[in-house]
Amino acid sequence: MSMNSDIKDKARTSRSWRDVDLRAVAPFAALALLLIVGALVNPNFIGISNLANVATRSAFIAIIAVGATFVISAGDLDLSVGSMVAFVASLMILFMNSGAVADPTMAVVAAIVLTILAGAACGLVNGLITTVGRIEPFIATLGTMGIYRGLTTWLSQGGAITLKSPDMQNMVRPAYFGNVLGLPVPIVVILVVTIIAAFILYRTRYGRHVVAVGSSSDVARYSGIAVNRVRVIAFVIQGLCVAITVLLYVPRLGSTSATTGILWELQAITAVVVGGTALKGGAGRVWGTICGAFILELVGNIMLLSNFISEYLIGAIQGSIIIIAMLVQRSLVRKS
Amino acid sequence: MSQGGAVVMAASHICKSFGGVQVLFSVDFELRRGEVHALMGENGAGKSTLVKVLSGFEQPTSGRILLDGQEVHFANNRAAEAAGIVLIHQEFNLAEHLTVTESMFLGREITHFGILDRKTMRARTREILDTLGSHVHENALISSLSVADKQMVEIAKAISREARVVFMDEPTAVLSREETRILFDQVRRLRAEGTSFVFVSHKLDEVMELADRVTVLRDGQWVKTADAADLDGETIAQLMVGRELSSLYPAKHEPDVDETVALSVRDLSTGYVKNASFEVRKGEVFGFSGLIGSGRSELMEAIAGIRARLSGEVEVYGKPLAAHDVRAANQAGLAYMTKDRKGKGLLLLEGMTTNLTLQSLERHGSLLYLDPKSESEAMQKARRRFDIRVRDGNVVAGRMSGGNQQKLLLAKVMETDPRIVIIDEPTRGIDVGAKQQIYHFISSLARDGWSIIVVSSEMPEIIGLCTRVAVMREGRLAGILEGDEINEQEIMRYAAGLKRRDGAAAAMTASA
Repeated sequence: MSMNSDIKDKARTSRSWRDVDLRAVAPFAALALLLIVGALVNPNFIGISNLANVATRSAFIAIIAVGATFVISAGDLDLSVGSMVAFVASLMILFMNSGAVADPTMAVVAAIVLTILAGAACGLVNGLITTVGRIEPFIATLGTMGIYRGLTTWLSQGGAITLKSPDMQNMVRPAYFGNVLGLPVPIVVILVVTIIAAFILYRTRYGRHVVAVGSSSDVARYSGIAVNRVRVIAFVIQGLCVAITVLLYVPRLGSTSATTGILWELQAITAVVVGGTALKGGAGRVWGTICGAFILELVGNIMLLSNFISEYLIGAIQGSIIIIAMLVQRSLVRKS
Repeated sequence: MSQGGAVVMAASHICKSFGGVQVLFSVDFELRRGEVHALMGENGAGKSTLVKVLSGFEQPTSGRILLDGQEVHFANNRAAEAAGIVLIHQEFNLAEHLTVTESMFLGREITHFGILDRKTMRARTREILDTLGSHVHENALISSLSVADKQMVEIAKAISREARVVFMDEPTAVLSREETRILFDQVRRLRAEGTSFVFVSHKLDEVMELADRVTVLRDGQWVKTADAADLDGETIAQLMVGRELSSLYPAKHEPDVDETVALSVRDLSTGYVKNASFEVRKGEVFGFSGLIGSGRSELMEAIAGIRARLSGEVEVYGKPLAAHDVRAANQAGLAYMTKDRKGKGLLLLEGMTTNLTLQSLERHGSLLYLDPKSESEAMQKARRRFDIRVRDGNVVAGRMSGGNQQKLLLAKVMETDPRIVIIDEPTRGIDVGAKQQIYHFISSLARDGWSIIVVSSEMPEIIGLCTRVAVMREGRLAGILEGDEINEQEIMRYAAGLKRRDGAAAAMTASA
């Protein structure tokens, strides 16, 4: 699938460079530029192991951001994803610790199902509050952000929740540290999630509905699209993406606390916006989002490998990236 | 009329391209002091672009603009406004959350030692609105105003800026006749004081009534500039289209009296509309007339399931239609085409195909998969069937001309394969050529057994197309006219409340 997977008019006879949407290309150009800069800064940077490491580390934000692409394309916003990761992960570990299912294998399977259901439920709550409750998504998810975070703190009694059974720990470890055909599992998961998401967004009726609702909910309504249902499903997709992230996160650390996933929502939104999706809704770019998540992680990596900028400035640099990305996007809109 | 007034503004050899597509080809234009200069042409002829170039919203690719004989360059619209050149937009430029007074003085608020002098601003606003004969309250929120009132505020705003040159892009498209008359009186008053107007309109009769001179553009090129007195409507129409116009309205085709009833509406009420009942037969073109705000669109939206209905029933070919369910209506073969093509009809930032298939996606591909090939085939067909003319097939809907947008919207609605089509304002703000095409399309649909409801504020359209006409007034069906009754006077009597369905003429003394 091409990075710019909009449904193109196939009737067009020839594709000239003029037809390329610069906004879709910009994030990939930025990524290429970063790779070159990184290679100049430190020769180790461009090595396969370093890059695979960076991609693996970007998995959490990348997968959450894929979900956020749906929510943002539909014209909404979800600030609760970071708290949701902490909450769902706590539920998963507590369930595995509870011994409700005696057989360790079955317990892990049940925990996975529970995690997915919990993620979807959290998304559903966000969706229903914004649509049925008619509350601005910013405010609604600001509220649930506090609720999910608070519940996590309460569940952990202010401390950490740690997976006790060493059996189960060993069983889930490969979900983060394993390899499939030589690729680290998180990278495989990113690819699979993104391919599915791109298919849904570009090649299904639902995906088209998301774009329509995000571009103009009036036009969507007059076209017979169930606007609220489309929005709620987008929030549920976001919840599912959070659940998948948790399924990678718990195996990695085997523990959560009240500070798990703090500020991840901002990183996810940054990845989406850097990837070329308009924050006001409409155009969604799944592959751009993945690219945005890589860019964020790469910048941190380059700063670690280089000596001239303190790695304590990572937050400031990431903040600058989102602003620069918006300025670049705007200048490209003017030209087109 | 000041035929020999000095030239205020002149444009010479203006060319303008958008991303490689040339829209204006070396256009010359000249505006005298104290004249109303009509700019005419089909959609896509370049009128709006020329107006935008002259008012600083767009930069010409080449060519010169002269103001009082001096060459000027407007870096942006503010610079043009500072020079006394104001553009009243086709689309409104008002912030919904401000009051009328705040909008009028936006960006040039009157202050006393840095504090807003609200009292003076309110008084000044009232004064201007009064001269315009507008009853809009100066403290009303913009969002609470009707479309026509918003237009009046826009006009008041331009007047309050004491502009020397006022560009008006389709100012009367949303105004009632009375409002149009008031606007024209103001234009004449200001003209007498030396203000110059450039007036873009598709309504030939208005142009003939108001304009001193007329310039016609066709396909981005200057065709003719002449005194309005030397032209008649027929000539202008021919200049615009570049060919002889056959009759604008096709011959009417009346269905048999005992033809099947396609749509039956009984006692339908919404918040505003009360107890509307009517029937439309197979193959009929049924008109809905009435003043703006008489509840026509609300009734249609309730029938089509976009709006909830409080009570009443709708039947499509004898089968009851679920309330407030657009998809159910589409599946039953009933489709509604909105009058607000930019706000509710088309996704302006998306391409033509996305728009075309939006309402009928289930026709393309199986359960989950959306088939791009099938979609683009539909697009090919629609472009032929509706004669959608674009230079670049990937153009986003927002960049298309009004006529092409309207055809695309009609195509989108027809994609749902309806048997009954409700068309709200079929030709608002589009050119004569496209109008004629849409009229003929409606007529041929009816001949082939489709039932069409045409809602329109343009009386000639209703009279020229429909075999029966319902007139609405203040949310009620005032009457249904047939045959010879369908004429302007009769419709106005019902619309203005001088006559009702029961025949009891309320006040026949005051002739409409």
